[in-house]
Amino acid sequence: MSLSGIKIKDQEDLNRLQNVLKKRRNDEECSVAICGGTGCHSSGSEKVREAFQRYLERNDPEGKIKLRLTGCQGLCERGPLVVIFPQEIFYQKVSVDDVEEIIEKTVLNGEILERLLFTDPISGEKYTYSREIPFLQKQKRLLLGNNRLIEPTSIMDYISLGGYGALAGALTKMTGEEIIQEISYALLRGRGGAGFPTGQKWKECYEAVSDEKYIICNADEGDPGAFMDRSLLEGNPHLVLEGLIIGGYAVGAGEGIVYVRAEYPIAVQNINNAIKQAEKLGLLGENILGSGFNFHVRVVTGAGAFVCGETSALVEAVYGRVGEPRQKPPHLAEQGYMNKPTVVNNVESLANVTVIIRDGAERYRQVGTEKSKGTKIFSLVGKVNNTGLVEVPLGMSLREIIFEIGGGVQGGKEFKAVQTGGPSGGCIPESLLDMPTDFDELASAGSMMGSGGMIVMDEDTCMVDIARYFLNFLKEESCGRCFSCREGISRMLEIVEDISRGRSSLEQLELLMELADVVQDSTMCGLGQTSANPVLSTIRYFKDEYLAHILEKRCPAGVCHDLISFSIDKDLCTGCGACAKKCPSKAIEGVIKQAHMINLQKCTKCGICFEICKFGAVQKS
Amino acid sequence: MVNLTLNGLEITVEKGTTLLEAAKFYGIEIPTLCYDEALSPYGACRLCLVEVSKPGGRSKLVSSCTYPAMEGLVVRTHSERVMKARRLLIELYLATCPSSKTIQDLASKYHVTKVRFTQKHEDCILCGLCVRMCEEQMQAKAIGFVNRGAERRISTPFDAKSDECRLCGGCIYICPACRLRCQGPNEESPVCNACLNLSPPCLDQYDDAMCYMDPCVACELKIQK
Repeated sequence: MSLSGIKIKDQEDLNRLQNVLKKRRNDEECSVAICGGTGCHSSGSEKVREAFQRYLERNDPEGKIKLRLTGCQGLCERGPLVVIFPQEIFYQKVSVDDVEEIIEKTVLNGEILERLLFTDPISGEKYTYSREIPFLQKQKRLLLGNNRLIEPTSIMDYISLGGYGALAGALTKMTGEEIIQEISYALLRGRGGAGFPTGQKWKECYEAVSDEKYIICNADEGDPGAFMDRSLLEGNPHLVLEGLIIGGYAVGAGEGIVYVRAEYPIAVQNINNAIKQAEKLGLLGENILGSGFNFHVRVVTGAGAFVCGETSALVEAVYGRVGEPRQKPPHLAEQGYMNKPTVVNNVESLANVTVIIRDGAERYRQVGTEKSKGTKIFSLVGKVNNTGLVEVPLGMSLREIIFEIGGGVQGGKEFKAVQTGGPSGGCIPESLLDMPTDFDELASAGSMMGSGGMIVMDEDTCMVDIARYFLNFLKEESCGRCFSCREGISRMLEIVEDISRGRSSLEQLELLMELADVVQDSTMCGLGQTSANPVLSTIRYFKDEYLAHILEKRCPAGVCHDLISFSIDKDLCTGCGACAKKCPSKAIEGVIKQAHMINLQKCTKCGICFEICKFGAVQKS
Repeated sequence: MVNLTLNGLEITVEKGTTLLEAAKFYGIEIPTLCYDEALSPYGACRLCLVEVSKPGGRSKLVSSCTYPAMEGLVVRTHSERVMKARRLLIELYLATCPSSKTIQDLASKYHVTKVRFTQKHEDCILCGLCVRMCEEQMQAKAIGFVNRGAERRISTPFDAKSDECRLCGGCIYICPACRLRCQGPNEESPVCNACLNLSPPCLDQYDDAMCYMDPCVACELKIQK
């Protein structure tokens, strides 16, 4: 059966196509999946793919070995990743030179290349198959699971795994109201940050009377260190698109808009491609699957502003105006894009919609906590051994995520805090690590779920410095409309900077807390209301660090520049001169083979000498 | 008509009335800096905050100039929570723009007697009155906001002298920082005591070209210094 130029007219057509593609897939003897996610891409997976392709063109002209450049597979730290099916042999840090050996030995003869296997950073154990690796084994990859099985640029790959079955089911067997009921019953909460129940959001839009309605997919992920939405759009765009079409059908929208940031070029390319492919097959456009439902989707690329994650600012940005939130009410469900009822959903929420409709809410409800069901993708970054994307059931404890999946803190250092929820979130100390991660628990700890950024910090992190960093980020990303947010953040930053310089007092700390409370209370949109979280949560859990800065003029972690100084221990210094060579400000003086000295007037406290000294002679105080 | 409770009083207002208008109608004064009856509400100065709650719901602070009266809403215009926020905001205004008589008067009214923040003299509080005046009343759209966050300021497109500007002076007329200058505050005493420190109300990039006050009193004095 030729697949070029086919049109899917009804559910039967889709079923037939699914069966043909499934059979083709089962007939594949072996396949090689190269991770093409953001992390692996930057560590050179594209070159590895080219090398594979060249080699296979020469040695496998019949095309027995199928090559796939997939979306993000998760363990970004160890990229480029290569998985060999059907055995699921997992190779990490693969380079171009390994390609020939992988094909000749592993793919053709089933021989395992020891040096490319994943080694657990804690136990030192080596793992051959991906299903054995604790990092992957402990996750529940409801959304990301298919990433390694499909090529994001191929709709056929997606359909071969049952793709668009959920849409067909929804369009032929369910009414909009039934879909909304199903989503409400699944207790799906928005994955973008605030955790608003998606079912309720849709219901409001559904009930609004209007001739036109819109559904917008919010792919304006702006948190530093977060890349969940990016990986979904890059790795499995059809999953999101299917959710968007189902959502459009449920609320009665005729047009869907994907608002994606221009900084995500692969995501933009893949979603555009996905839309084109779906249109070509008749899964998007007029009279989808013979149901009489018309739906069009277009992509709007954003200029990249953190505040555009706020729904009303996003709508402004879709018009092409400056992204500034507007006062609510009226809510978007009454007056949104083009003053018509509009619903805005996060990428991950929409991917969840597809899963719920595909598997049924009953099955979806088996995962998660009492009030928050399903899984959540976290981007686990910072000072943790296995950085990457992890998808876990809601309610898993932070300890499990960081220490069992994440493999603990890098370099065997002491854990200090984990920052969840991006710049608007808060820092959670060790004592609260056994807390289950769900929307309400995190909020009660003074942080938030946010979109799922999770930054692990070790003992060398100064919490005052962290508060300073996030305030600085928010100062630049605030739209600047509300006085309380614009001026409040600047002033909070001013006080925190003074504290980090040891130039503050207890009264200023009191003032900081008072100001943080007021900023939180008096600002219009979510950005301002949560902008005090980094300050309040660090003061709440790490007040002793603030006090050390204020009262003793000391930075316990040795980070704040103005409160540390470097010196060279004469007895330990061998006079190798390594530090003097690297010092950017030429502050280190001395004769070779004799003890060196730091000229404190020239020293910029960059800490390079401290890192470079092999003898521990450079000391920080 | 909509029924709601305002400071314990059962009131009825027309649908579409904002909380600020309702309070005004019933003689309750709410301070504002970015509001003008003749312009669309903007909600940026945050001084008109009021505490609202729905029966059984949690209360929150909202800007009364933009919040519509809703059935069954309980509104408190001078609750402790509101006053705490309002006072601190006035203190912040004083710390940024001490030369405005409007702000100095507000400080006196709300018993804000000291400023605990580092004193700045920025003058413009970005209330946006001038921008809306120019667009809505003068139909010129000659000025607008530039940049975001702490960098935000008001200017003409590309900071060039605007062809749209007719030098009508509406922007200066409505500006809470330009209209009534209080020249008292200085580094030591940011809360006004005398008219000592006269400086031009406009940002540098306007030059005199954009100013209808020719010669500008403040500019003249600055040159003399």
